[in-house]
Amino acid sequence: MIDRNFLIASLSGVLFLMFPIKAGAQDAQAVARGQYLARAADCVACHTNPADNRAFAGGYALQTPFGKLLTSNITQDIETGIGGWTEAEFSRAVREGIGRQGQHLYPAMPYPSYTKLTDADVHDLWLYMKTITPVKNRVVSNQLPFPFNIRAALIVWNLWNFRSGRYVDDTSKSKAWNRGAYLAEGLEHCNSCHTPKNLLGGDKSSQAYRGASLQGWYAPDITNSHTLGIGSWHKDDLKTYLKTGSVGPYVASGPMGEAIENSTQYLRDGDLEAIATYFSDIKGQEASLPASLPASDPRMHQGKAVYEMACAACHRSDGRGVSTMITGFPANRAILAPVKDSILHTILAGGRGAMTHENPTGAAMPSFSWSLSDEQIAAAATYIRNSWGNNASAVTPEEVKAMRRTLQFRQVGPVPDDWSLSGESKPDLSAHPAMHP
Amino acid sequence: MTGYAGTAKAGVVKEKLPWEPGSLNAPVHGVDPNGPTYLTPVERRLLTAIADRIIPSDELSIGGAEAGCVTFIDRQLAGPYGRAASMYMRGRFVKGTTQQGIQSAMTPAERYRKGLHELALFCQRDTGKAFEALPPEKQDDILSRLENGRIAFPSIDSRIFFEQILQNMREGYLADPIYGGNRDMASWKMLGFPGARYDYRDYMDIKNQDLGLAPLSLRDRTI
Amino acid sequence: MTRKRPKADVVIVGLGWCGSLAAEELTRAGLDVVAIERGPWVEPAIDFAPGVDTDELRWDTRRSMLLPPAIETTTVRNTRFQKALPIRDWSINEWGYNAGGSGTHWAAMAWRFTPFDFQPYSMTVSRYGAKQLAEGLIVQDWGVTYDELEPYYDRFEKIAGISGKAGVLNGQIMQGGNPFEGSRSSEYPLPPLKTTHLTDLFSEASNALGYHPFMVPAGNTSEAYTNPLGIRMAPCTYCGYCLYYGCGNWSKSSPNACIFPALVQRSNFTVLTDSAVLKATLAPDGKTATGVIFCDKKGDQWEQPADIVIFSAFQMQNVRLLLLSGIGKPYDPAKREGVVGRAYCFQTVSGANLFFQDKKFNHFAGAGALSAQIDDFNGDNFDHSGLGFIGGAGILVVSRGSRPIGNADFLEPNTPRWGAAWKKAYKDAFQNATGIFGQGTSYSHDEAYLDLDPEYTDQYGQPLLRMTFEYNTNDRRSAQFIEDKSVEIGRKMGAKTVIGTNSAASSFTPYNFASDHTIGGAVMGTDPRTSVLNRYQQVWDVHNVFVLGASSFPNNAGYNPTGTIGALALWTARAIIDQYLKNPAPLVKA
Repeated sequence: MIDRNFLIASLSGVLFLMFPIKAGAQDAQAVARGQYLARAADCVACHTNPADNRAFAGGYALQTPFGKLLTSNITQDIETGIGGWTEAEFSRAVREGIGRQGQHLYPAMPYPSYTKLTDADVHDLWLYMKTITPVKNRVVSNQLPFPFNIRAALIVWNLWNFRSGRYVDDTSKSKAWNRGAYLAEGLEHCNSCHTPKNLLGGDKSSQAYRGASLQGWYAPDITNSHTLGIGSWHKDDLKTYLKTGSVGPYVASGPMGEAIENSTQYLRDGDLEAIATYFSDIKGQEASLPASLPASDPRMHQGKAVYEMACAACHRSDGRGVSTMITGFPANRAILAPVKDSILHTILAGGRGAMTHENPTGAAMPSFSWSLSDEQIAAAATYIRNSWGNNASAVTPEEVKAMRRTLQFRQVGPVPDDWSLSGESKPDLSAHPAMHP
Repeated sequence: MTGYAGTAKAGVVKEKLPWEPGSLNAPVHGVDPNGPTYLTPVERRLLTAIADRIIPSDELSIGGAEAGCVTFIDRQLAGPYGRAASMYMRGRFVKGTTQQGIQSAMTPAERYRKGLHELALFCQRDTGKAFEALPPEKQDDILSRLENGRIAFPSIDSRIFFEQILQNMREGYLADPIYGGNRDMASWKMLGFPGARYDYRDYMDIKNQDLGLAPLSLRDRTI
Repeated sequence: MTRKRPKADVVIVGLGWCGSLAAEELTRAGLDVVAIERGPWVEPAIDFAPGVDTDELRWDTRRSMLLPPAIETTTVRNTRFQKALPIRDWSINEWGYNAGGSGTHWAAMAWRFTPFDFQPYSMTVSRYGAKQLAEGLIVQDWGVTYDELEPYYDRFEKIAGISGKAGVLNGQIMQGGNPFEGSRSSEYPLPPLKTTHLTDLFSEASNALGYHPFMVPAGNTSEAYTNPLGIRMAPCTYCGYCLYYGCGNWSKSSPNACIFPALVQRSNFTVLTDSAVLKATLAPDGKTATGVIFCDKKGDQWEQPADIVIFSAFQMQNVRLLLLSGIGKPYDPAKREGVVGRAYCFQTVSGANLFFQDKKFNHFAGAGALSAQIDDFNGDNFDHSGLGFIGGAGILVVSRGSRPIGNADFLEPNTPRWGAAWKKAYKDAFQNATGIFGQGTSYSHDEAYLDLDPEYTDQYGQPLLRMTFEYNTNDRRSAQFIEDKSVEIGRKMGAKTVIGTNSAASSFTPYNFASDHTIGGAVMGTDPRTSVLNRYQQVWDVHNVFVLGASSFPNNAGYNPTGTIGALALWTARAIIDQYLKNPAPLVKA
């Protein structure tokens, strides 16, 4: 199952329009609740095509390992959207993955998570969706190659991977824990990215939240493991991270940055605390970490030189970055993850920190694909993973090369206009060459 | 519409800072070893000889030709710089005061074509030899006379021509090696310029001392 | 055919510091703001990232971030009896050409002007009498005082994250700051930058001479910083790629680093890039503007209607837009009448070139505003009795970061410019040559002005702006005085060779890059007969047009202009919100 958040060539963001609330006064509160739920579920992110940015009008291409899917139009247009649907049909699509004509939806739509939603929440969501301005946009969703284009195959997929059913409170846990579980497992569908997948793309539920590699990113382990997960985070760290996009040396970028921008920053404090409570209780595995590479290792030597040239200006020579702005490296579990996708992805493609209302900075990391070789990038990454007390496996040039293949973006930026790099400068007539105040 | 959408018409920025993975405004003109060039083989030969007089090989560094100054100029002239793309080139071109600067319809590329041709003719007429066949002292003498306006060319202001060459030779010698000159960062090593470094915080408290920093270039493969 | 966009509350022409600061205030007050920017959008991590920023040829020599003369230039002449000719090449017209404007490529010296600079006429007359003012010199009060602007300077410095040390805090003189500055209500948001060997030498020498050196307030962060908009800035790395460069690590103050991240998130703010505004449109009675006409990159023409029009382009462009729009009465130098284009002024720079022996100045490391200065001879900080001029200069040294191509001619006099002797001399000078600069307080003159050129046009067929400028007697006397002081300091610093320099000693040329602080032409003031704008930078004649920028300065101060530009932009934005919206009319009775 592929979440829209895992798309490399993703849009830089999605506009939240100020939707006109047309419902009656008695429904206004329900609609507002529905809007909150829609944000929590991040519907607009997938159901909007960045090329035209018509919110909820669909047409966004989801790249899955099995081929391309276009998201559907979920505006109130009767002909091409869901304007003619009944609430029951809507509910069945959201929670069972079955379309209006009875066809099975592809699980890129996270119905295996949404199936946990309560009736009341689906009703509120439905009322909110009724307020969405109709947009005519016909989308043929299925662009998959044979055999994945056979929707009937999804019956088999569902047998293996899908358990329909509402969320049931675990009475042995606190109210906050259960609320957190409901949000994380249901609306926010955190497992979509952070839980390892089986061959068919379904969750390996025995390894919930232990980190997964998808589409050139590694969604890190977010269990309470101290060595691999976020077990060493302080009590409010996760809440702050989800609200503002960063906490201390951890700065969200890539797919998580988008999830924060579009969804979690809008969650109420109580809900964020509930999510934090839930994750603090998710058991992870502890691992014995490899010994640091010695500074005398030639890769470390080269890595230090590359780091000082390319990385230190922002991340500082001591690796500490700038709190809540530029990622710090010492003991940063995401950087030290056994799967190196995210660090290589970010060095090659660059990355933008999440832009939220509380921390709008959105400082971005440039792409170093143009200026650094595979060997240099491998050395720098190895150096980062083995300096300042860090210890993690070395990165090889072959791994960098493989990531370049995965990304396939152009290596050189946009060609400047004709005038750029085209000036002429005369010998300086100034008494103070090139040094005017 | 969010982010930045803009190629053909006005770009619109709204709600988000535009940023796309993998995009980098890397230099385009004059960096491709297989890219367009401008000079003819004859012009290159003459300019090569000039390069080694403007920047002679000595104990401080390699000479201008070996440093790639001619390659640098060749690439620059083939690009927008050679076409004077950034300059105001609308007429009329009226001779003005010194303060008003050069008022010429000639682009840098045209200036090289005319000037090098005139210089070759002058040398043949004046010495019976090609510039490149003259001994270094004689070459220096001719260049000095160009610099001081003591040689007049019929089709081009010889001083402006000389200033054009001097500026571009220095650029080729002193710019980042990605543009085809400054081979092995020869001039930076001579000057003690550390090049494409972006962080001197660890060195700011070391005052009035040689920092001992080897130069780095934009795409540096020496590290 | 002109297509029409939906009407906005405010249209902002030019998204540099002024446009961004105004937009931040106006959108926060709930107004729907459309900003039209001639250049492209630029992003630090894409367009001037550390991996591409360190490129002298591209950004400095070829000026790749600046508006090319091919797109817009001015014509120039020294007197109105000459024919003006176009400035064809890179010159002192260093106009921004991207979202962020010149605020993206500036060096980031972030000054406040002195109280005297805002009231040069009344203060000179009260101290020396009217005879101190030379014939034809334009000296007039701005209509706004330092004390009125102080809160807005304070706000600008906090948004921009300025590094410095207060010299006068709530009326108290503070150790280490500039004792001549106007009183501040708070300390700088960040401490001063580190010093260099050069600034240390200058400070020691000027101290020994009895002067009062201090570190220049810098829009380069000495530490990590979070501004009032919640935006983070990283610490400056002293990389030295500052002036003519964008900053790749969010440590140079700019609209891009300090304002855009928060501003762009607001749904009532829209930026149209790659669009050139041709003029404002006026209502039939000419008393108000109805919007602006602009051309997109494709060449299609659009109208952007708006209730309020703000010109916040570069100084020259603001004046040109007023003239092209028919707003205000153009200046006629023969009759000494009219206001638009009047009181145009540049800036004298005089000082000394210094050549030391066996130094390792390491000039490549530095920051755009890493400088030490004395203000003992700036503004009216010293007694001008019998000197025959008013004003003076801030005298400073700059550790700005210097690079090989740009300094290749910075050599001792009579050094060959090529060949083995040049190489040897340049190797030596690269570590040993430096300069002292006196950045002058300059005043305009009846014969210095801007108007539309009768011959030369831009790509849209609109006339270029014509500048008629020559240094005046006050300029020359004051520059000579400052040159002498600089030579004195240079000798005290121990330089082997000290050569006085003075831009005003010869005729003005736009190819002398000693300063690019060109100001005036649409000045603010107290009298509609001698100013285009009232004290709120509101056009006297067309009350819904506001003009922000150095075009408003009736005189230059011995400082870089940006801090004052920023404070005035905020002052005007507050006046729009607090006064104009309640009663859209002239805010000052003519």
